[in-house]
Amino acid sequence: MVFEKDLNLDATELRLGLPGSSEESIRISNKRALPDMNDDSGVAAAKKCDQETAPPTKAQVVGWPPIRSYRKNSLQTKKTEAETGGMYVKVSMDGAPYLRKIDLKVYKGYPELFKAMEDMFKFKVGKYSEREGYNGSEFVPTYEDKDGDWMLVGDVPWEMFINGCKRLRIVRGSEARGLGCVV
Amino acid sequence: MQKKTAYSFPDEILEHVFSFIQSDKDRNAASVVCKSWYEIERWCRRKVFVGNCYAVSPTMVIRRFPDIRSIELKGKPHFADFNLVPDGWGGYVLPWISKMAGAYPWLEEIRLKRMVVTDESLELVAKSFTNLQVLVLFSCEGFSTDGLAAIAAGCKNLRELDLRDSEVDDLSGHWLNHFPDTYTSLVSLNISCLGSDDVSFSALERLVGRCPNLRRLLLNREVPLDKIANLLSRAPQLIEFGTGTYAAELRSDVYSNLVEAFCNCKELKSLSGFWDAVPAYLPVIYSVCSRLTSLNLSYAPIQNPDLTKLVSQCPSLQRMLVLDYIEDSGLEVLASSCKDLQELRVFPSDPFGEEPNVSLTEKGLVAVSSGCPKLQSVLYFCRQMSNAALVTIAQNCPNFTRFRLCLLDPKIADYRTLQPLDVGFGAIVEHCKDLRRLSLSGLLTDCVFEYIGMHAKKLEMLSVAFAGESDLALHHVLSGCESLRKLEIMNCPFGDKALLANAAKLETMRSLWMSSCSVSLGACKMLGQKMPRLNIEVMDEKGPPDSRAESDPVDKLYIYRSVAGPRFDMPPFVWTMDEDFASELS
Repeated sequence: MVFEKDLNLDATELRLGLPGSSEESIRISNKRALPDMNDDSGVAAAKKCDQETAPPTKAQVVGWPPIRSYRKNSLQTKKTEAETGGMYVKVSMDGAPYLRKIDLKVYKGYPELFKAMEDMFKFKVGKYSEREGYNGSEFVPTYEDKDGDWMLVGDVPWEMFINGCKRLRIVRGSEARGLGCVV
Repeated sequence: MQKKTAYSFPDEILEHVFSFIQSDKDRNAASVVCKSWYEIERWCRRKVFVGNCYAVSPTMVIRRFPDIRSIELKGKPHFADFNLVPDGWGGYVLPWISKMAGAYPWLEEIRLKRMVVTDESLELVAKSFTNLQVLVLFSCEGFSTDGLAAIAAGCKNLRELDLRDSEVDDLSGHWLNHFPDTYTSLVSLNISCLGSDDVSFSALERLVGRCPNLRRLLLNREVPLDKIANLLSRAPQLIEFGTGTYAAELRSDVYSNLVEAFCNCKELKSLSGFWDAVPAYLPVIYSVCSRLTSLNLSYAPIQNPDLTKLVSQCPSLQRMLVLDYIEDSGLEVLASSCKDLQELRVFPSDPFGEEPNVSLTEKGLVAVSSGCPKLQSVLYFCRQMSNAALVTIAQNCPNFTRFRLCLLDPKIADYRTLQPLDVGFGAIVEHCKDLRRLSLSGLLTDCVFEYIGMHAKKLEMLSVAFAGESDLALHHVLSGCESLRKLEIMNCPFGDKALLANAAKLETMRSLWMSSCSVSLGACKMLGQKMPRLNIEVMDEKGPPDSRAESDPVDKLYIYRSVAGPRFDMPPFVWTMDEDFASELS
């Protein structure tokens, strides 16, 4: 059977690349040879076409499988966080001209997160106390949770925080008064 | 003035007779009987369907049909759904709206598919068509909630607003507030595509509460589960309902409210939504299940046994959309429970994963084909197939009208015999004489196309990818498929010979799409020269075609018949091969 050597029956995917290659990307070459219409050994033509238009084994082919993007997105929302590991949230600071994005998964806890934010926006987070919130700084870190409410960063355990945090906002002390900050 | 003979009917009678003829095909046939019928018919035609917005110009439509009340327009080629058509390609509705604004002040229905709709267009619609009752934007893009606000404010007689699968820029959540308090005529609302900030929930509640004729309500993902009960209690007359996110912590008050709310919807026949669904809340819909004719769980990550249990409670199902979490076992249950099933769509939960994550194979589809005698329409994504299975399916379901099989590895052979799947698909076209739509996948040689050309006489739309070996394949299809209207091909070694030999056929079709195939620039130019009633559009983002050799294959090719000539709104990466282009370069 001609196709046997090209088939890897263990995996569900055909490996159509050259032997020894583990990755192949689709090359839309402008000098693609046209298969001869009168070629009697259709099999040979098929193999030739396989190698020229082979779908990549690792990379994805544009348009295949034919799934609409909103469908792909709705499946991936859960997977992206779990598998690819990125948990990016927007970070804004009052008065700064543009927002930044940080990956919450990169940090092991609040101290590391604050250090990163301080470096990014050139400010200092005050000292945190459960009773009073943040003391000693004009700026207070807050975040928007899943319910759409704005909360003070630091009140809940780290794991709970990163799972609930939708975006971060560094507010000026005067605005954060309701969140227990004493300036 | 037409001279009437003693044997001709007065115009008014003919007009009255024509009013019973609704189908476009029949109307078109009547209009070519004679000149007077043409005249009478064109004055009393109320509905126009334009399958390709570039096939005709708005001016031409208006000139022929002076009094239209309902228009449907389609823009981009179908493969735009899979990101094969670059942004900016075209399909703009504004020129149509602008012209119709003056000509059809009484326009009642606008249905658009795959078109670019701007806020400006929507504002013009709201201003120009005060009697607008239906606005359907199916897979459209280019507009924001500002445009929707204009529609809400301006269209006092709106009954149906359907944004299915459209891409909307969210600017403000309050566009729903623009429906005046006096507005009560909403019958159908589909906002399932909207993003997070788009919908003000309180405005939605008030709207739902004051529209007693609301029958269809499809919410967007961001509407939380604990708000659904309240909404449903304001609209117990709903026939079709789409939830928002279907996940929440299990709370007995939320649960019992939902049970009661669903229970009170005595006419509910169709459910969808179920984003992020958790099994805990599934039983709240049990009271509705026995009545359900349509169930869309294709966004619900629920697995067996919960999924199968739910399905087994819905014996009246006619339409089922689900993820492959249903597995073969669940499909077997579906086959034994749902004898009225007509349409099945199974989507992949992990399309790019290398290993199968679920046990869904050809066996599930065979089971459904065997158990559901009314099955007519199938869309099935899976990872393995055999010719034997396809033959069995074909024999079980000779009434198929739509059959789309998508093997996640596009060139995979019959897993049992390692043969191409030619015989299997051949059986489908041979047994299913009414087949109108077919999508192929798997390892396929020219043979399958020979079968298709021979048997698929009613086939109107064919989608092909990674198949065939030579131009003979394309030739079989173009020469054999008498009813073919739309042909879309990606990554196949089809080239010039078949196209040039069947150039005339292309004028009988709506459109042909070929991407990553082997059609040379020279052949495109030749077609452009010889076939003035075809628009030959070559798409290449790498540069103008004249910078290349004649024998170079074009990246993407879109050919469609048109009486409007080449279009003028093409982006820089699209070139039309008309007579001027060809002669300029020779």
